[in-house]
Amino acid sequence: MTLKGSVKVLVPCGSLGAGVRESEIEYGLAKGANVIATDAGSTDSGAAYLALGKSKNNRGAVKRDLGILLGAHAKSGIPIIVGTAGQAGGDINVNWTRDIVLEVARELGISPKIVLLYSEQEKKALKTLNQQGKVRPLPPLGPLEDSVIDSCEHIVGLMGVEPFVAALQAGADIIIGGRATDTAVLASYPIWKGAPWGASWHAGKIAECGAQCCLNPADGAGVLLTIDGSGFEVEPLSTTNRCTPHSVSKHMLYENSDPHHLHEPGGILDVTSAVYAQISERTVRVEGAKWVTQPYTMKLEGAAAGNYQTLMLIGIQDPDVLNNVNAFHDRLLEALYERTRKSIPAQELGEFHISLRLYGWNAVSGDVPVNVPPPREIGVLFVATARTQELANAIAHACNPYFFHYPMEMYKELPSYGFAFSPADVPRGQVFEFKLNHVAVVDDPLSMVRTVWLDKDGKALAA
Amino acid sequence: MPKLREVCHHIRSKVAGPFWVTVDLFFDGEEKYKKYRDCKELSAELFSRLYGVDQALVKRIPVDSLHVLKISFPRAHPQGGMVERDMHSGQQYVQLLDIELK
Repeated sequence: MTLKGSVKVLVPCGSLGAGVRESEIEYGLAKGANVIATDAGSTDSGAAYLALGKSKNNRGAVKRDLGILLGAHAKSGIPIIVGTAGQAGGDINVNWTRDIVLEVARELGISPKIVLLYSEQEKKALKTLNQQGKVRPLPPLGPLEDSVIDSCEHIVGLMGVEPFVAALQAGADIIIGGRATDTAVLASYPIWKGAPWGASWHAGKIAECGAQCCLNPADGAGVLLTIDGSGFEVEPLSTTNRCTPHSVSKHMLYENSDPHHLHEPGGILDVTSAVYAQISERTVRVEGAKWVTQPYTMKLEGAAAGNYQTLMLIGIQDPDVLNNVNAFHDRLLEALYERTRKSIPAQELGEFHISLRLYGWNAVSGDVPVNVPPPREIGVLFVATARTQELANAIAHACNPYFFHYPMEMYKELPSYGFAFSPADVPRGQVFEFKLNHVAVVDDPLSMVRTVWLDKDGKALAA
Repeated sequence: MPKLREVCHHIRSKVAGPFWVTVDLFFDGEEKYKKYRDCKELSAELFSRLYGVDQALVKRIPVDSLHVLKISFPRAHPQGGMVERDMHSGQQYVQLLDIELK
């Protein structure tokens, strides 16, 4: 179908749990919003959330936001779409969000039609796809090895609009989506209603971070999109904020390696010819985006859990150290490795690593400062990495006396550096990394997605 | 010779996914943008050298409508590894501030 008139998408915030404002929802509903759509996650903050199936935002914050959104649905009947649920959009993350939604629905006394879109991928199936040559690397990574698939705790595929459109078509009230592109979550409703794909995807891209595309990103949380047959308009949900052509177009730069061509599942959003116009004090109109259909691919994300780390932190003001920081670092590091190897048998120790990060010197840059005046003080963060948490702790224990007292001048009384904590060692858990930067070529956009409808008691309906 | 920080009103860096860094140089007006957009001091070679990445993978994208030069390149180490110094690559822009332009 082709769109007649326009559709309005209420984007309440940049990420679920960040703080939806009731006043902004009221504003959007009064303006005739047809749907509320929000992203609920990102890879930005690292792979831990996918590896562990955890959310970055706490449950209370997410529940609060969902309470407002479900309240809006109860009042207006418009559907709610959430994508990349629970920060990472894996199955555990989706289920965590589902449980909160069910809780809120019970408390509000409503029984909306809820559908879950799972996009976590099975390792065996991926290996088969890979063998068939249907998994391609994106730079800077190379071809995918089975061992890398095996190393991941969880792997997800990024959904495009199709699973969301299918759910809307089947009458969903609340869609809880697993990992999807931020843009697809917002673009799906307009596309379902027949809006042009270029305008819909572009609108989704601009609004994916909520009020970030407005003049004052700190004023309010969300925006309202109006998509029609030849473009879209965007305005802040906060009445004191404004969108300008600059604030809107600038958002295409944000966290994108290429601001003109955005690869999405099933195509490329080309905004090279986009034009941005201020059509009223607070609203910007955008036209000229093009959607270029491509063979359908879904990007894969996989998170692996690695070794364990233990930390110690000291502060140093000793002039002997501050006058020769580079030498202090090198000598201390060597002493710590030697001490560790003497204290723990090699067989038990296994592969391990010690890193000293000198804050106030070169902890962030990682280079070796030359001809730099002595700092006032430095913080030395010790990081031991080993196969188990117990081993990382043991390394820290072995290193403690040296870390505490290591002198620059061997003939002087041993100094005592400034620990921040007792016990000094802080077990900090595992290193998590993303291991995949690959796309899977699929014939059918829904083939890597599992759609599960819930009955009025929140139980999964048989497929 | 002006420094980059003197001809740009804003310079920023951030991750673009776990494997890439993206830098935005917001030039002070059209004149400065046109003057420095294609200069060799801001070539792929600079970014390759500063950030330890393969020059062939450095992407330079001028955005004429915004007077912005965007440069994107792969992270030398993927995000969140054993030695992570800047999870979001938000501090990487600092090395560019004092680059001298002719």
